[in-house]
Amino acid sequence: MARGVAVLGVGMHPWGKWGRSFVEYGVAAARAALKDAGIEWKDVEFVAGGDTIRNGYPGYVAGATFAQALGWTGAQVASTYGACATGAQAIDVARARILAGLCDVALVVGADTTPKGFFAPAGGERPTDPDWLRFRLLGATNPVYFGLYARRRMETFGATNEDFAQVKVKNSRHGLANPNARYRKAVTLDEVMASPVVSDPLRLLDICATSDGGAAVVLTSLDFARRHTTDAVTLAAVSTVTPRFPNTIIEMPNFATDSAASVPAPDVPFKDSIARRAYEAAGVGPEDLDLAEVYDLSTALELDWYENIGIAKPGEAEQLLRDGSTALGGRIPVNPSGGLASFGEAIPAQAIAQLCELTWQLRGEAGGRQVEGAKLGVAVNQGLFGHGSALLAKR
Amino acid sequence: MRGAKERVAAVEGWFRMDEAEPRLLGVRCRACRTSYFPKESFCRNPSCGAADLEEIPLSRRGKLWSWTDNRYPPPPPFVAKDPFEPYSVAAVLLEAEKMVVLGQVVAGVDAAAFRLGQEMELVLDTLFEDEAKQYIVWKWRPVAA
Ligand SMILES: [Zn+2]
Repeated sequence: MARGVAVLGVGMHPWGKWGRSFVEYGVAAARAALKDAGIEWKDVEFVAGGDTIRNGYPGYVAGATFAQALGWTGAQVASTYGACATGAQAIDVARARILAGLCDVALVVGADTTPKGFFAPAGGERPTDPDWLRFRLLGATNPVYFGLYARRRMETFGATNEDFAQVKVKNSRHGLANPNARYRKAVTLDEVMASPVVSDPLRLLDICATSDGGAAVVLTSLDFARRHTTDAVTLAAVSTVTPRFPNTIIEMPNFATDSAASVPAPDVPFKDSIARRAYEAAGVGPEDLDLAEVYDLSTALELDWYENIGIAKPGEAEQLLRDGSTALGGRIPVNPSGGLASFGEAIPAQAIAQLCELTWQLRGEAGGRQVEGAKLGVAVNQGLFGHGSALLAKR
Repeated sequence: MRGAKERVAAVEGWFRMDEAEPRLLGVRCRACRTSYFPKESFCRNPSCGAADLEEIPLSRRGKLWSWTDNRYPPPPPFVAKDPFEPYSVAAVLLEAEKMVVLGQVVAGVDAAAFRLGQEMELVLDTLFEDEAKQYIVWKWRPVAA
Protein backbone atom coordinates (compact mmCIF):
# COMPACT_ATOMS: atom_id res chain seq x y z
CA MET A 1 0.00 0.00 0.00
CA ALA A 2 1.35 3.42 -0.93
CA ARG A 3 2.27 5.83 1.83
CA GLY A 4 0.38 9.09 1.81
CA VAL A 5 1.35 12.70 2.14
CA ALA A 6 -0.53 15.37 4.09
CA VAL A 7 -2.63 18.09 2.50
CA LEU A 8 -1.76 20.75 5.05
CA GLY A 9 -3.18 23.77 3.27
CA VAL A 10 -5.51 24.59 0.38
CA GLY A 11 -6.47 27.83 -1.32
CA MET A 12 -8.18 29.15 -4.42
CA HIS A 13 -8.68 32.36 -6.34
CA PRO A 14 -12.37 32.48 -7.37
CA TRP A 15 -13.18 31.30 -10.89
CA GLY A 16 -14.55 33.90 -13.30
CA LYS A 17 -13.71 35.80 -16.45
CA TRP A 18 -11.51 38.34 -14.74
CA GLY A 19 -9.20 39.07 -17.68
CA ARG A 20 -6.07 39.53 -15.55
CA SER A 21 -2.77 37.66 -15.61
CA PHE A 22 -2.84 34.00 -14.57
CA VAL A 23 0.10 34.81 -12.28
CA GLU A 24 -2.16 36.97 -10.10
CA TYR A 25 -4.64 34.12 -9.59
CA GLY A 26 -1.85 31.64 -8.86
CA VAL A 27 -0.17 33.90 -6.32
CA ALA A 28 -3.49 34.64 -4.58
CA ALA A 29 -4.26 30.91 -4.37
CA ALA A 30 -0.73 30.13 -3.14
CA ARG A 31 -0.89 32.74 -0.39
CA ALA A 32 -4.29 31.42 0.70
CA ALA A 33 -2.97 27.84 0.83
CA LEU A 34 0.14 28.86 2.79
CA LYS A 35 -2.00 30.79 5.28
CA ASP A 36 -4.35 27.84 5.60
CA ALA A 37 -1.36 25.56 6.30
CA GLY A 38 0.26 28.00 8.73
CA ILE A 39 3.45 27.85 6.64
CA GLU A 40 5.70 30.70 5.57
CA TRP A 41 6.56 30.91 1.87
CA LYS A 42 10.23 30.86 2.88
CA ASP A 43 9.70 27.39 4.39
CA VAL A 44 8.58 25.87 1.08
CA GLU A 45 11.34 23.62 -0.24
CA PHE A 46 9.80 22.62 -3.56
CA VAL A 47 7.37 24.36 -5.95
CA ALA A 48 5.40 22.46 -8.61
CA GLY A 49 3.60 24.58 -11.20
CA GLY A 50 0.87 23.40 -13.55
CA ASP A 51 1.59 24.90 -16.98
CA THR A 52 -0.81 26.92 -19.11
CA ILE A 53 -0.21 26.89 -22.87
CA ARG A 54 -2.19 30.03 -23.72
CA ASN A 55 -0.25 32.63 -21.79
CA GLY A 56 3.15 32.74 -23.44
CA TYR A 57 6.49 31.62 -22.05
CA PRO A 58 5.70 32.30 -18.37
CA GLY A 59 2.91 29.75 -18.71
CA TYR A 60 5.32 27.02 -19.93
CA VAL A 61 7.52 27.49 -16.86
CA ALA A 62 4.69 28.04 -14.38
CA GLY A 63 6.60 26.69 -11.36
CA ALA A 64 9.34 29.27 -11.77
CA THR A 65 6.84 31.97 -12.69
CA PHE A 66 4.95 31.52 -9.42
CA ALA A 67 8.18 31.16 -7.41
CA GLN A 68 9.52 34.41 -8.85
CA ALA A 69 6.23 36.20 -8.18
CA LEU A 70 6.19 35.01 -4.57
CA GLY A 71 9.85 36.08 -4.26
CA TRP A 72 12.88 33.94 -5.16
CA THR A 73 13.97 31.83 -2.19
CA GLY A 74 16.16 29.25 -3.91
CA ALA A 75 13.41 26.63 -3.63
CA GLN A 76 13.65 23.77 -6.13
CA VAL A 77 11.08 23.79 -8.90
CA ALA A 78 9.23 21.78 -11.54
CA SER A 79 6.70 22.70 -14.22
CA THR A 80 4.41 20.08 -15.71
CA TYR A 81 1.75 19.78 -18.37
CA GLY A 82 -0.88 17.08 -18.95
CA ALA A 83 -3.76 19.00 -20.57
CA CYS A 84 -6.82 18.86 -18.28
CA ALA A 85 -4.87 16.52 -15.98
CA THR A 86 -2.04 19.04 -15.52
CA GLY A 87 -2.83 19.64 -11.86
CA ALA A 88 -2.58 15.96 -11.01
CA GLN A 89 0.82 15.81 -12.69
CA ALA A 90 2.06 18.73 -10.58
CA ILE A 91 0.59 17.20 -7.42
CA ASP A 92 2.21 13.86 -8.21
CA VAL A 93 5.65 15.38 -8.76
CA ALA A 94 5.47 17.11 -5.38
CA ARG A 95 4.09 14.01 -3.67
CA ALA A 96 6.79 11.77 -5.11
CA ARG A 97 9.49 14.15 -3.91
CA ILE A 98 8.08 14.11 -0.41
CA LEU A 99 7.70 10.32 -0.37
CA ALA A 100 11.30 9.98 -1.62
CA GLY A 101 12.43 11.97 1.40
CA LEU A 102 13.83 14.78 -0.73
CA CYS A 103 11.73 17.45 0.96
CA ASP A 104 9.08 17.92 3.65
CA VAL A 105 7.14 20.90 2.34
CA ALA A 106 5.94 21.45 -1.23
CA LEU A 107 3.66 24.01 -2.82
CA VAL A 108 1.60 23.08 -5.89
CA VAL A 109 0.03 25.89 -7.94
CA GLY A 110 -2.03 26.03 -11.14
CA ALA A 111 -3.78 29.00 -12.74
CA ASP A 112 -5.14 30.03 -16.11
CA THR A 113 -6.46 32.96 -18.07
CA THR A 114 -8.63 31.74 -20.93
CA PRO A 115 -9.88 33.24 -24.17
CA LYS A 116 -13.58 33.43 -25.06
CA GLY A 117 -15.43 30.73 -26.98
CA PHE A 118 -14.34 27.30 -28.22
CA PHE A 119 -10.90 26.09 -27.25
CA ALA A 120 -8.92 26.46 -30.48
CA PRO A 121 -5.55 24.87 -31.19
CA ALA A 122 -2.42 26.94 -30.71
CA GLY A 123 -1.69 29.19 -33.73
CA GLY A 124 0.37 28.51 -36.86
CA GLU A 125 0.23 25.88 -39.61
CA ARG A 126 1.05 22.49 -38.06
CA PRO A 127 -0.11 19.79 -40.50
CA THR A 128 1.56 17.02 -38.47
CA ASP A 129 -0.15 17.95 -35.17
CA PRO A 130 -3.36 15.91 -34.70
CA ASP A 131 -4.78 18.71 -32.54
CA TRP A 132 -4.40 21.13 -35.48
CA LEU A 133 -5.61 18.60 -38.05
CA ARG A 134 -8.80 17.68 -36.18
CA PHE A 135 -9.92 21.29 -36.45
CA ARG A 136 -8.69 21.65 -40.03
CA LEU A 137 -10.13 18.47 -41.56
CA LEU A 138 -13.16 17.76 -39.36
CA GLY A 139 -13.91 20.94 -37.45
CA ALA A 140 -13.93 18.53 -34.53
CA THR A 141 -14.26 20.90 -31.59
CA ASN A 142 -14.24 19.53 -28.05
CA PRO A 143 -18.08 19.56 -27.97
CA VAL A 144 -18.07 17.29 -31.06
CA TYR A 145 -16.30 14.58 -29.05
CA PHE A 146 -18.61 15.20 -26.07
CA GLY A 147 -21.59 14.96 -28.43
CA LEU A 148 -20.39 11.60 -29.79
CA TYR A 149 -20.10 10.18 -26.26
CA ALA A 150 -23.50 11.60 -25.27
CA ARG A 151 -25.28 10.18 -28.33
CA ARG A 152 -23.63 6.83 -27.76
CA ARG A 153 -24.94 6.86 -24.17
CA MET A 154 -28.47 7.64 -25.36
CA GLU A 155 -28.41 4.88 -27.96
CA THR A 156 -26.85 2.18 -25.78
CA PHE A 157 -28.28 2.96 -22.32
CA GLY A 158 -31.44 4.97 -23.01
CA ALA A 159 -30.19 8.21 -21.48
CA THR A 160 -32.39 11.20 -22.32
CA ASN A 161 -31.81 14.91 -22.87
CA GLU A 162 -33.64 15.42 -19.57
CA ASP A 163 -31.13 13.19 -17.77
CA PHE A 164 -28.27 15.28 -19.10
CA ALA A 165 -30.07 18.49 -18.12
CA GLN A 166 -30.68 17.18 -14.60
CA VAL A 167 -26.92 16.87 -14.09
CA LYS A 168 -26.65 20.61 -14.74
CA VAL A 169 -29.60 21.30 -12.45
CA LYS A 170 -27.96 19.28 -9.65
CA ASN A 171 -24.50 20.78 -10.04
CA SER A 172 -25.81 24.32 -10.29
CA ARG A 173 -27.59 23.80 -6.95
CA HIS A 174 -24.40 22.47 -5.38
CA GLY A 175 -22.44 25.46 -6.67
CA LEU A 176 -24.79 27.94 -4.98
CA ALA A 177 -22.92 27.37 -1.70
CA ASN A 178 -19.42 27.63 -3.17
CA PRO A 179 -17.83 31.10 -2.89
CA ASN A 180 -15.14 30.10 -5.45
CA ALA A 181 -17.65 29.07 -8.14
CA ARG A 182 -18.08 31.31 -11.18
CA TYR A 183 -21.80 30.63 -11.64
CA ARG A 184 -23.89 30.76 -8.48
CA LYS A 185 -27.39 30.55 -9.86
CA ALA A 186 -29.81 27.62 -9.71
CA VAL A 187 -30.46 26.50 -13.28
CA THR A 188 -33.82 24.87 -14.08
CA LEU A 189 -34.57 21.94 -16.35
CA ASP A 190 -36.47 24.29 -18.67
CA GLU A 191 -33.51 26.65 -18.92
CA VAL A 192 -31.17 23.85 -19.98
CA MET A 193 -33.69 22.47 -22.46
CA ALA A 194 -34.27 25.96 -23.91
CA SER A 195 -30.56 26.66 -24.43
CA PRO A 196 -29.37 26.28 -28.04
CA VAL A 197 -27.99 22.98 -29.30
CA VAL A 198 -24.21 23.20 -29.82
CA SER A 199 -23.36 19.61 -30.78
CA ASP A 200 -26.46 17.45 -30.76
CA PRO A 201 -27.60 16.09 -28.30
CA LEU A 202 -25.73 18.60 -26.13
CA ARG A 203 -26.95 22.12 -25.52
CA LEU A 204 -25.06 25.19 -24.44
CA LEU A 205 -25.88 24.57 -20.77
CA ASP A 206 -24.76 20.93 -21.02
CA ILE A 207 -21.21 22.01 -21.89
CA CYS A 208 -18.77 23.61 -19.50
CA ALA A 209 -17.41 27.08 -20.12
CA THR A 210 -13.78 28.18 -19.96
CA SER A 211 -12.78 30.27 -16.96
CA ASP A 212 -9.98 32.14 -15.27
CA GLY A 213 -8.99 30.83 -11.86
CA GLY A 214 -6.21 29.59 -9.62
CA ALA A 215 -5.78 26.82 -7.04
CA ALA A 216 -2.96 25.76 -4.75
CA VAL A 217 -2.19 23.11 -2.14
CA VAL A 218 0.57 22.74 0.42
CA LEU A 219 1.67 19.10 0.62
CA THR A 220 3.94 17.88 3.40
CA SER A 221 5.32 14.67 4.80
CA LEU A 222 3.08 13.00 7.37
CA ASP A 223 5.77 13.56 10.04
CA PHE A 224 5.93 17.28 9.29
CA ALA A 225 2.12 17.52 9.36
CA ARG A 226 1.92 15.81 12.76
CA ARG A 227 4.05 18.58 14.22
CA HIS A 228 1.50 21.15 13.00
CA THR A 229 -1.88 19.49 13.39
CA THR A 230 -3.41 16.37 14.85
CA ASP A 231 -5.84 15.71 12.06
CA ALA A 232 -4.53 16.57 8.60
CA VAL A 233 -6.22 15.28 5.47
CA THR A 234 -4.10 12.62 3.76
CA LEU A 235 -3.58 12.38 0.03
CA ALA A 236 -3.65 8.59 0.01
CA ALA A 237 -3.08 7.90 -3.68
CA VAL A 238 -2.55 9.58 -7.03
CA SER A 239 -3.18 7.90 -10.37
CA THR A 240 -1.70 9.32 -13.56
CA VAL A 241 -2.33 6.23 -15.70
CA THR A 242 -2.15 6.21 -19.48
CA PRO A 243 -4.31 3.94 -21.69
CA ARG A 244 -3.40 0.36 -22.50
CA PHE A 245 -3.06 -0.65 -26.15
CA PRO A 246 -5.33 -0.92 -28.02
CA ASN A 247 -7.45 1.99 -26.77
CA THR A 248 -10.79 1.34 -28.45
CA ILE A 249 -12.72 4.45 -27.38
CA ILE A 250 -12.28 7.46 -29.65
CA GLU A 251 -10.30 10.08 -27.72
CA MET A 252 -9.78 13.76 -28.25
CA PRO A 253 -7.92 14.83 -30.43
CA ASN A 254 -7.68 11.61 -32.46
CA PHE A 255 -9.21 10.75 -35.85
CA ALA A 256 -9.49 7.06 -35.08
CA THR A 257 -9.19 4.54 -32.29
CA ASP A 258 -6.46 1.95 -32.10
CA SER A 259 -7.29 -1.24 -33.99
CA ALA A 260 -8.32 -4.21 -31.86
CA ALA A 261 -8.09 -6.65 -34.77
CA SER A 262 -4.73 -8.21 -33.88
CA VAL A 263 -4.35 -7.38 -30.19
CA PRO A 264 -7.57 -7.71 -28.16
CA ALA A 265 -8.86 -4.70 -26.23
CA PRO A 266 -7.78 -4.65 -22.56
CA ASP A 267 -10.21 -6.03 -19.96
CA VAL A 268 -10.35 -2.66 -18.21
CA PRO A 269 -11.00 0.29 -20.56
CA PHE A 270 -8.88 3.39 -20.05
CA LYS A 271 -11.41 5.53 -18.20
CA ASP A 272 -12.27 2.66 -15.85
CA SER A 273 -8.57 2.22 -15.07
CA ILE A 274 -8.06 5.78 -13.85
CA ALA A 275 -9.75 5.62 -10.41
CA ARG A 276 -9.15 1.89 -10.12
CA ARG A 277 -5.39 2.42 -9.97
CA ALA A 278 -5.84 4.87 -7.07
CA TYR A 279 -8.20 2.50 -5.22
CA GLU A 280 -5.69 -0.34 -5.56
CA ALA A 281 -2.81 1.82 -4.33
CA ALA A 282 -4.78 2.83 -1.22
CA GLY A 283 -6.45 -0.53 -0.59
CA VAL A 284 -10.00 0.82 -0.88
CA GLY A 285 -12.90 0.40 -3.29
CA PRO A 286 -15.69 2.56 -4.69
CA GLU A 287 -18.04 1.25 -1.99
CA ASP A 288 -15.89 3.08 0.60
CA LEU A 289 -16.37 6.51 -0.97
CA ASP A 290 -18.34 9.30 0.71
CA LEU A 291 -18.12 11.71 -2.22
CA ALA A 292 -16.62 12.15 -5.67
CA GLU A 293 -15.52 15.09 -7.78
CA VAL A 294 -15.66 14.13 -11.46
CA TYR A 295 -14.76 16.03 -14.60
CA ASP A 296 -18.10 17.15 -16.04
CA LEU A 297 -16.84 18.72 -19.26
CA SER A 298 -20.36 17.86 -20.37
CA THR A 299 -23.36 16.78 -18.34
CA ALA A 300 -23.39 13.43 -20.15
CA LEU A 301 -19.75 12.81 -19.26
CA GLU A 302 -20.62 13.08 -15.56
CA LEU A 303 -22.89 10.04 -16.06
CA ASP A 304 -20.09 8.14 -17.81
CA TRP A 305 -17.85 8.87 -14.81
CA TYR A 306 -20.32 7.26 -12.36
CA GLU A 307 -19.60 4.01 -14.15
CA ASN A 308 -15.90 4.67 -14.73
CA ILE A 309 -15.26 5.21 -10.98
CA GLY A 310 -17.33 2.17 -10.05
CA ILE A 311 -20.27 3.75 -8.19
CA ALA A 312 -22.66 2.49 -10.90
CA LYS A 313 -22.63 -0.49 -13.25
CA PRO A 314 -22.62 0.23 -17.00
CA GLY A 315 -26.02 1.62 -17.96
CA GLU A 316 -27.09 2.36 -14.38
CA ALA A 317 -25.77 5.91 -13.99
CA GLU A 318 -29.06 7.51 -14.96
CA GLN A 319 -30.82 5.62 -12.17
CA LEU A 320 -28.31 6.94 -9.63
CA LEU A 321 -28.95 10.47 -10.83
CA ARG A 322 -32.72 10.10 -11.01
CA ASP A 323 -33.06 8.70 -7.47
CA GLY A 324 -30.98 11.52 -5.99
CA SER A 325 -28.06 9.34 -4.86
CA THR A 326 -25.51 11.72 -6.36
CA ALA A 327 -27.08 14.95 -5.05
CA LEU A 328 -26.09 16.49 -1.72
CA GLY A 329 -27.90 14.48 0.94
CA GLY A 330 -27.80 11.37 -1.24
CA ARG A 331 -25.78 8.20 -0.75
CA ILE A 332 -22.74 9.31 -2.77
CA PRO A 333 -22.81 13.02 -3.66
CA VAL A 334 -20.98 13.79 -6.90
CA ASN A 335 -19.53 17.23 -7.55
CA PRO A 336 -20.62 18.84 -4.28
CA SER A 337 -18.37 21.75 -5.34
CA GLY A 338 -20.73 22.43 -8.24
CA GLY A 339 -18.29 20.85 -10.69
CA LEU A 340 -17.26 22.34 -14.00
CA ALA A 341 -20.94 23.20 -14.50
CA SER A 342 -20.53 25.86 -11.81
CA PHE A 343 -16.86 26.68 -12.36
CA GLY A 344 -16.04 26.44 -16.03
CA GLU A 345 -12.64 25.04 -16.84
CA ALA A 346 -9.35 26.70 -15.84
CA ILE A 347 -7.24 23.84 -17.18
CA PRO A 348 -4.04 23.69 -15.09
CA ALA A 349 -5.88 24.66 -11.90
CA GLN A 350 -8.75 22.21 -12.16
CA ALA A 351 -7.32 19.01 -10.65
CA ILE A 352 -5.76 21.09 -7.86
CA ALA A 353 -9.15 22.70 -7.23
CA GLN A 354 -10.64 19.21 -7.01
CA LEU A 355 -8.17 18.41 -4.20
CA CYS A 356 -9.06 21.69 -2.46
CA GLU A 357 -12.72 20.62 -2.47
CA LEU A 358 -11.96 17.11 -1.18
CA THR A 359 -9.90 18.66 1.62
CA TRP A 360 -12.60 21.11 2.69
CA GLN A 361 -15.17 18.32 2.59
CA LEU A 362 -13.05 15.92 4.66
CA ARG A 363 -12.31 18.64 7.21
CA GLY A 364 -16.02 19.45 7.50
CA GLU A 365 -15.39 23.01 6.31
CA ALA A 366 -17.53 22.97 3.16
CA GLY A 367 -20.41 24.97 4.65
CA GLY A 368 -23.68 24.79 2.74
CA ARG A 369 -22.36 22.08 0.41
CA GLN A 370 -20.96 19.83 3.16
CA VAL A 371 -21.22 16.07 2.72
CA GLU A 372 -21.93 14.99 6.29
CA GLY A 373 -19.25 12.86 7.92
CA ALA A 374 -17.14 12.52 4.79
CA LYS A 375 -14.03 10.38 5.38
CA LEU A 376 -12.96 9.33 1.87
CA GLY A 377 -13.26 11.14 -1.42
CA VAL A 378 -12.01 10.67 -4.97
CA ALA A 379 -11.44 13.26 -7.69
CA VAL A 380 -11.07 12.14 -11.30
CA ASN A 381 -10.18 13.89 -14.48
CA GLN A 382 -8.86 13.08 -17.94
CA GLY A 383 -6.52 15.13 -20.07
CA LEU A 384 -6.39 14.71 -23.83
CA PHE A 385 -3.51 12.71 -25.32
CA GLY A 386 -4.01 9.95 -22.73
CA HIS A 387 -3.67 11.57 -19.31
CA GLY A 388 -5.59 9.88 -16.52
CA SER A 389 -5.93 11.70 -13.21
CA ALA A 390 -7.31 10.42 -9.93
CA LEU A 391 -6.68 11.76 -6.44
CA LEU A 392 -7.82 9.87 -3.37
CA ALA A 393 -8.05 11.81 -0.11
CA LYS A 394 -9.00 10.51 3.32
CA ARG A 395 -9.26 11.56 6.91
CA MET B 1 -18.06 27.39 -60.74
CA ARG B 2 -18.28 23.96 -59.11
CA GLY B 3 -16.41 21.33 -61.05
CA ALA B 4 -14.34 23.85 -62.98
CA LYS B 5 -11.71 24.11 -60.28
CA GLU B 6 -8.84 21.77 -59.67
CA ARG B 7 -9.66 19.23 -56.97
CA VAL B 8 -6.79 18.55 -54.58
CA ALA B 9 -6.54 16.55 -51.36
CA ALA B 10 -6.84 18.71 -48.24
CA VAL B 11 -4.21 16.50 -46.64
CA GLU B 12 -1.52 14.48 -48.43
CA GLY B 13 -1.51 10.71 -48.35
CA TRP B 14 -4.44 10.10 -45.98
CA PHE B 15 -6.82 8.78 -48.64
CA ARG B 16 -6.92 7.58 -52.22
CA MET B 17 -8.04 10.43 -54.51
CA ASP B 18 -10.38 8.13 -56.42
CA GLU B 19 -13.87 9.59 -56.53
CA ALA B 20 -15.44 6.30 -57.63
CA GLU B 21 -13.71 4.04 -55.11
CA PRO B 22 -12.23 6.21 -52.34
CA ARG B 23 -10.36 4.57 -49.47
CA LEU B 24 -8.65 5.84 -46.38
CA LEU B 25 -4.96 4.91 -46.46
CA GLY B 26 -3.47 3.45 -43.32
CA VAL B 27 -0.55 1.21 -42.58
CA ARG B 28 -0.28 -2.34 -41.29
CA CYS B 29 2.59 -3.77 -39.27
CA ARG B 30 4.22 -6.63 -41.15
CA ALA B 31 5.19 -8.28 -37.85
CA CYS B 32 1.98 -8.23 -35.74
CA ARG B 33 -0.58 -7.28 -38.45
CA THR B 34 -1.98 -4.31 -36.46
CA SER B 35 -3.44 -1.53 -38.63
CA TYR B 36 -3.18 2.20 -38.03
CA PHE B 37 -4.95 5.30 -39.31
CA PRO B 38 -3.58 7.89 -39.75
CA LYS B 39 -0.29 6.29 -40.82
CA GLU B 40 2.44 5.62 -38.28
CA SER B 41 6.14 5.12 -38.97
CA PHE B 42 6.44 2.45 -36.27
CA CYS B 43 4.13 -0.07 -34.64
CA ARG B 44 2.49 1.10 -31.39
CA ASN B 45 1.70 -2.40 -30.13
CA PRO B 46 3.83 -2.49 -26.92
CA SER B 47 4.61 -6.18 -27.52
CA CYS B 48 5.87 -5.46 -31.04
CA GLY B 49 7.43 -2.08 -31.80
CA ALA B 50 8.47 -3.06 -35.33
CA ALA B 51 9.20 -0.31 -37.84
CA ASP B 52 8.26 -2.31 -40.94
CA LEU B 53 4.80 -1.11 -41.97
CA GLU B 54 3.06 -1.35 -45.32
CA GLU B 55 0.44 1.01 -46.73
CA ILE B 56 -3.05 -0.50 -46.88
CA PRO B 57 -6.46 0.79 -47.93
CA LEU B 58 -8.99 0.59 -45.07
CA SER B 59 -12.45 -0.88 -45.48
CA ARG B 60 -14.73 1.51 -47.33
CA ARG B 61 -17.82 0.56 -45.32
CA GLY B 62 -18.52 0.39 -41.59
CA LYS B 63 -21.21 0.56 -38.90
CA LEU B 64 -22.35 3.82 -37.34
CA TRP B 65 -20.91 3.94 -33.76
CA SER B 66 -22.16 7.41 -32.86
CA TRP B 67 -22.87 10.81 -34.37
CA THR B 68 -23.23 14.49 -33.53
CA ASP B 69 -23.05 17.82 -35.33
CA ASN B 70 -21.63 21.33 -35.31
CA ARG B 71 -24.30 24.02 -35.05
CA TYR B 72 -21.71 26.80 -34.76
CA PRO B 73 -18.63 27.42 -36.92
CA PRO B 74 -15.48 25.82 -35.49
CA PRO B 75 -12.49 28.12 -35.01
CA PRO B 76 -9.54 28.23 -37.44
CA PRO B 77 -7.76 26.36 -38.89
CA PHE B 78 -11.22 25.08 -39.95
CA VAL B 79 -12.34 27.06 -42.98
CA ALA B 80 -16.03 27.76 -42.36
CA LYS B 81 -18.50 28.72 -45.05
CA ASP B 82 -20.05 32.16 -44.72
CA PRO B 83 -22.87 31.91 -43.88
CA PHE B 84 -22.03 28.78 -41.88
CA GLU B 85 -23.92 25.60 -42.70
CA PRO B 86 -24.17 23.15 -39.77
CA TYR B 87 -22.92 19.64 -40.56
CA SER B 88 -22.91 16.25 -38.88
CA VAL B 89 -19.90 14.24 -37.73
CA ALA B 90 -20.02 10.45 -37.61
CA ALA B 91 -17.90 7.86 -35.80
CA VAL B 92 -17.90 4.66 -37.88
CA LEU B 93 -16.66 1.23 -36.79
CA LEU B 94 -14.69 -0.58 -39.49
CA GLU B 95 -15.39 -4.20 -38.65
CA ALA B 96 -12.39 -5.86 -40.25
CA GLU B 97 -9.99 -3.37 -38.67
CA LYS B 98 -11.96 -3.12 -35.37
CA MET B 99 -11.26 0.60 -35.51
CA VAL B 100 -13.59 3.62 -35.17
CA VAL B 101 -12.88 6.44 -37.65
CA LEU B 102 -14.33 9.95 -37.54
CA GLY B 103 -15.50 11.92 -40.54
CA GLN B 104 -17.91 14.64 -41.51
CA VAL B 105 -21.22 13.45 -42.92
CA VAL B 106 -22.06 14.66 -46.43
CA ALA B 107 -24.54 17.53 -46.64
CA GLY B 108 -28.23 16.81 -47.06
CA VAL B 109 -28.43 13.80 -44.72
CA ASP B 110 -31.00 14.00 -41.93
CA ALA B 111 -29.17 12.81 -38.80
CA ALA B 112 -32.52 12.46 -36.99
CA ALA B 113 -33.01 9.28 -39.04
CA PHE B 114 -29.66 7.76 -37.99
CA ARG B 115 -29.69 4.42 -36.17
CA LEU B 116 -26.81 2.93 -34.22
CA GLY B 117 -25.06 0.27 -36.32
CA GLN B 118 -26.45 1.34 -39.68
CA GLU B 119 -24.13 0.91 -42.64
CA MET B 120 -22.06 3.90 -43.74
CA GLU B 121 -19.67 4.32 -46.64
CA LEU B 122 -16.74 6.56 -47.42
CA VAL B 123 -17.00 9.22 -50.12
CA LEU B 124 -14.88 12.18 -51.21
CA ASP B 125 -16.31 15.67 -50.93
CA THR B 126 -15.23 19.30 -50.80
CA LEU B 127 -13.97 20.48 -47.42
CA PHE B 128 -13.49 24.11 -48.54
CA GLU B 129 -12.48 26.00 -51.64
CA ASP B 130 -10.61 29.12 -52.65
CA GLU B 131 -10.39 31.05 -55.93
CA ALA B 132 -8.38 28.36 -57.69
CA LYS B 133 -8.99 25.03 -56.00
CA GLN B 134 -11.37 22.74 -54.20
CA TYR B 135 -9.83 20.99 -51.20
CA ILE B 136 -11.11 17.45 -50.85
CA VAL B 137 -11.57 15.32 -47.74
CA TRP B 138 -13.20 11.99 -46.86
CA LYS B 139 -16.75 12.02 -45.52
CA TRP B 140 -19.29 9.42 -44.41
CA ARG B 141 -22.59 8.81 -46.15
CA PRO B 142 -25.36 6.38 -45.18
CA VAL B 143 -25.62 3.40 -47.51
CA ALA B 144 -29.04 3.57 -49.16
CA ALA B 145 -31.27 0.87 -47.68
ZN1 LIG C 1 3.50 -4.61 -34.82
